Amino acid sequence: MSSLEKSDVARLAALARIDMTDADQDRMAGQLSAIVDAVAKVSEVAGDDIPATSHPLPLVNVHREDVVRPSLTQADALAAAPAAEEGRFRVPQILGEEA
Amino acid sequence: MSPQMSYADAMDKFDPVFGIEVHVELNTKTKMFCGCANEFGAEPNTQVCPVCLGLPGAMPVTNQKAVESAIRLGLALGCQIRESSRFARKNYFYPDLAKDYQISQYDEPTCYEGSLDVVLDDGTVVTIGIERAHMEEDAGKNTHKGGTGGIQGADYSLVDYNRGGVPLVEIVTKPIEGMGDRTAEVARAYVATIRDIVKGLGISDGRMEQGSVRADVNLSLRAKAADGEDQSAVPFGKRSETKNVNSLRAIERAIHHEAGRQAELLLAGKPVVQETRHWQEGDGTTTPGRSKEEAEDYRYFPEPDLLPVEPSREWIEELRAALPEHPSKMRARLQQEWGFSDLEMRDAINADALVLITDTVAAGAAPQAARKWWMGELARVANERDIALEALPVTPADIAELQSLVDSGALNDKLARQALEGTLAGEGSPAAVVKARGLEVVSDDSALEAAVDAALAAQPDVLAKIQDGKVQAAGAIVGAVMQATKGQADAGRVREIILKRAGVQ
Repeated sequence: MSSLEKSDVARLAALARIDMTDADQDRMAGQLSAIVDAVAKVSEVAGDDIPATSHPLPLVNVHREDVVRPSLTQADALAAAPAAEEGRFRVPQILGEEA
Repeated sequence: MSPQMSYADAMDKFDPVFGIEVHVELNTKTKMFCGCANEFGAEPNTQVCPVCLGLPGAMPVTNQKAVESAIRLGLALGCQIRESSRFARKNYFYPDLAKDYQISQYDEPTCYEGSLDVVLDDGTVVTIGIERAHMEEDAGKNTHKGGTGGIQGADYSLVDYNRGGVPLVEIVTKPIEGMGDRTAEVARAYVATIRDIVKGLGISDGRMEQGSVRADVNLSLRAKAADGEDQSAVPFGKRSETKNVNSLRAIERAIHHEAGRQAELLLAGKPVVQETRHWQEGDGTTTPGRSKEEAEDYRYFPEPDLLPVEPSREWIEELRAALPEHPSKMRARLQQEWGFSDLEMRDAINADALVLITDTVAAGAAPQAARKWWMGELARVANERDIALEALPVTPADIAELQSLVDSGALNDKLARQALEGTLAGEGSPAAVVKARGLEVVSDDSALEAAVDAALAAQPDVLAKIQDGKVQAAGAIVGAVMQATKGQADAGRVREIILKRAGVQ
């Protein structure tokens, strides 16, 4: 019932900015459907009287005080960046020709 | 391109519906989910850590103060405070968002169902429905390289994550209908009121020019109802959302532009596309951005790394009891206390001078004297330097001190302006400037008498004229004495001495 169509995969790929071939989309539609169907089994067990659970632990209001803690240095922050410039992370062109 | 249809024409032909999303950057010491400093203007990527850089395994923890600020804002907007609210992940891909999701709130915002009274310039009160006010985190800042500096045509971009994770409250209105050609004015007044409220609460510095209060404006047009038909029965048109409109004036301009643009499309039988648009401050237009993603495209789901927020009723009531006065009530009270005319009050509000005048009065100055300084000499200097009044290097206490020097007769108007000039130049408080520059009014009669006698001796014909009944001739002598004393004499007293010497009166 919750199987994914190929068109769903194409939409997800577009949102995730992933370029997928037609064959990949077919293949992923099958694989993702299997996963989604497996997860959907939960709804067979949970009745209307069981509320959706986002957190399994009975904890609330875990906050911290508004106190400044040391940050990374700029060098440390950028150490693992593939490219950096002017103390900033350098990233590829955001909007392509179509924009 | 034909000139665009005017706002007035668009409003004449269609019925506007609008909504506004305001993002308020909170002025907490630290970020929303980590202990990095929340401060504007630091060197790039020096206020970042594994949490706000989205490094694997890093865990966010909610900032207690940010929760408190969000609840206080919700209460000031007349909202209900949810007994249990959750954070959610809003998934999208953009380089300023390190984690590839933004922590926000979705189906359980902390504050919901409020309303806010907004007072227009002519005193009309409009009640704006508030849908929700929820907590979220800000994104980093992109700088585009190559091309014209904009995102379009850039070769690549640079990202600074100092702002990433800064606490925001997003306030969303319900659709606002029935405002007709006052739509732009209402939108502006609404955002101005939000700004005043957050400043009054002390939870944000409310500086639109620094982006600490930002507005997204949604606008759609629909056909006007036929005679006898109910306007609210006409379905809404397709809306555009103009992003990052960051000044009060720009809000009005953006609505003017969008109304004209949409009206032209509709009259030409073309569809309005539901999309995000970018505000262009330079020419006052909007340009298309990405097509609006639907909520489901963001694949919201509960944030598993953060626990629910469940503020106690006692705490909420404590916060409610300690709320400051609503800005519109405060204005009415101040106007009465100060005895300002409507025009004087409106000018002071528009110049953002209310707090400055309040503080100057609290420091001992009479309200009209405080107004005269801030709206006169200081407004002129601020305008010259192109900065806000409050950014001038002078405090309300300085102005109260200056006025007390005038009131006591130690300074006349001209000397007071010189003292103020010294203070603005960083020479210290007005009293210190007076001392350092020797600006005291000469009130020693013998010194004045000597100066008068010298002037009369230099212009012997004047004395005869005065004695002849031409009292106005004394002006020449007053001028000479003021010149001799470098403006430090009390002109009224000088005049009295001249007349006494001439034996008149």
